[in-house]
Amino acid sequence: MITEAATVTFEKLELDCGTTLAPVECAYETYGTLNADKSNAILVLHAFSGDAHAAGEGGWWSNMIGPGKGFDTDQYFVICANVIGGCRGSTGPGSINPATDCPWAMAFPAVTIADMVRLQKKLIDHLSIERLLAVAGGSMGGMQALEWAVAYPDHVLAALPIATTARHSAQQIAFNEVGRQAIMADPDWRGGEYYDHKPPGRGLGVARMVGHITYMSDESMREKFGRRLRKSDEFEVESYLKYRGYKFVDRFDANSYIYITRAMDTYDLTQRGSLPSLFENVSTRFLVISFTSDWLYPSYQSLEIVSALRSRNCDVAYVNLAAVYGHDSFLVEVDEQTQLVRGFLASTFKEAASGRP
Amino acid sequence: MGVREVYGRSDYAIIGELVEPGTKVLDLGCGEGLLLSWLKENKKVNGRGVELSGANVQKAIARGVSVYQGDLETALEDYPDQAFDYVILSQTLQETRHPHKVLQSMLRIGRHGIVAFPNFGHWRVRWSHLWTGGAPKTDLFPHDWYDSPNIHFLTVFDFEALARKEKWRIERSIFLARGHEVTVYPNLMAEVAVFLFSRS
Repeated sequence: MITEAATVTFEKLELDCGTTLAPVECAYETYGTLNADKSNAILVLHAFSGDAHAAGEGGWWSNMIGPGKGFDTDQYFVICANVIGGCRGSTGPGSINPATDCPWAMAFPAVTIADMVRLQKKLIDHLSIERLLAVAGGSMGGMQALEWAVAYPDHVLAALPIATTARHSAQQIAFNEVGRQAIMADPDWRGGEYYDHKPPGRGLGVARMVGHITYMSDESMREKFGRRLRKSDEFEVESYLKYRGYKFVDRFDANSYIYITRAMDTYDLTQRGSLPSLFENVSTRFLVISFTSDWLYPSYQSLEIVSALRSRNCDVAYVNLAAVYGHDSFLVEVDEQTQLVRGFLASTFKEAASGRP
Repeated sequence: MGVREVYGRSDYAIIGELVEPGTKVLDLGCGEGLLLSWLKENKKVNGRGVELSGANVQKAIARGVSVYQGDLETALEDYPDQAFDYVILSQTLQETRHPHKVLQSMLRIGRHGIVAFPNFGHWRVRWSHLWTGGAPKTDLFPHDWYDSPNIHFLTVFDFEALARKEKWRIERSIFLARGHEVTVYPNLMAEVAVFLFSRS
């Protein structure tokens, strides 16, 4: 698989909050080869804790992206970029503020899902791609896929919002707030100004532990851990969560956690109008997938999107896949998603080639 | 290759032939999307489907057909008026809870309706009922009364009577028995009836 990793610097990015970030960096990776008429590009959008490294060794969706896989890199040119506000190469609160020569920390402007998509659009323009064959992502990645279809309908042939929503529920906001409070309650957080000290690892670790619980299901936790003990006084589930929390601190910035979860919580497509009215002029094809055991992003949230699309007679396929892994299913349930994604992309690609818009 | 050769199901074959090329089609209870896939390939139809079974929906989407997983009776409500040229309901009318409403909705969202159903007036059904005194069991209605998916039994006459009452225009009616077309006494001789109908 031909893989490239790069960072591109743009002069500026105007944010929803009114601030203009200048300059702004965007870290991205590409897999496969862009064809001559640039009609085979797929933008894959990462979830909350993901990054640009989507495929290949250690990639967060490596089981879905690669030669012969759901997103077949022998056929398609797959792009993935780290989001604005992130901490994996794109500009975020840990980046240097040119005005002070210090990390932005909490002085970093608020970012939104639309800002993330605006930066991705700059990247796509930079790569001289006029129209994407597809945008695809799960969870927060699905929110970006929706945003792409609404903000740039003429530049996206197909959208695959998976295990996602058009707006967070009180429950989703609540779990994110617990994570943020855990970080801010850690004395090492220092109001966000910890870059010269040790990071707020305990708070970030607890935040991640809570997150992991919400990504699983009762059934998958019973299967994976049950009441088994790791040590005489420690359940396996405890040790697993602590390990996950501990590992997360190595690769994720606590301030990015705050900024990105905030971006997810404030996202609400319906603020711009009713969902059906937003899809009025959208000719993008949709494949919407939810998972039966996903209680964090329950299927009613996907159905709200699908129902709005159908009311505007948009081309939409929807399936509620039977899966036991909870919200994690979009990363784990590979076989069934592979079939769906492969068929959906192939027909979209074929129809585009035959001239149907 | 004609649709008859590809899919043995004769009602599918007839429907495949009734649909005009280049049109917009909704198939209710589309199963694995075979008919839509054939229509897309051979008649350049812009097709959508509704199907309850997740396993079927997965196969349909993998085939490249846009299918919505849901109950067709509630799904019908979402679509805007006159969104399709044809709305197809094949071998499912007798299983719906509110067939009258379903048929009306089909003509609300589509210019034409195509409905295919097993004819309860067929002589074998009548004979089975008369002879055994029990609920009819035939090749066409193979289920025992207690595990049958069929909850509304109708005949060719019944559909025609409803069409008259609703002032629907029956544009085409095709009757089948053992895969062949029936021309005489359809209410007695047809195992399956296919109607192409619209608002008059």
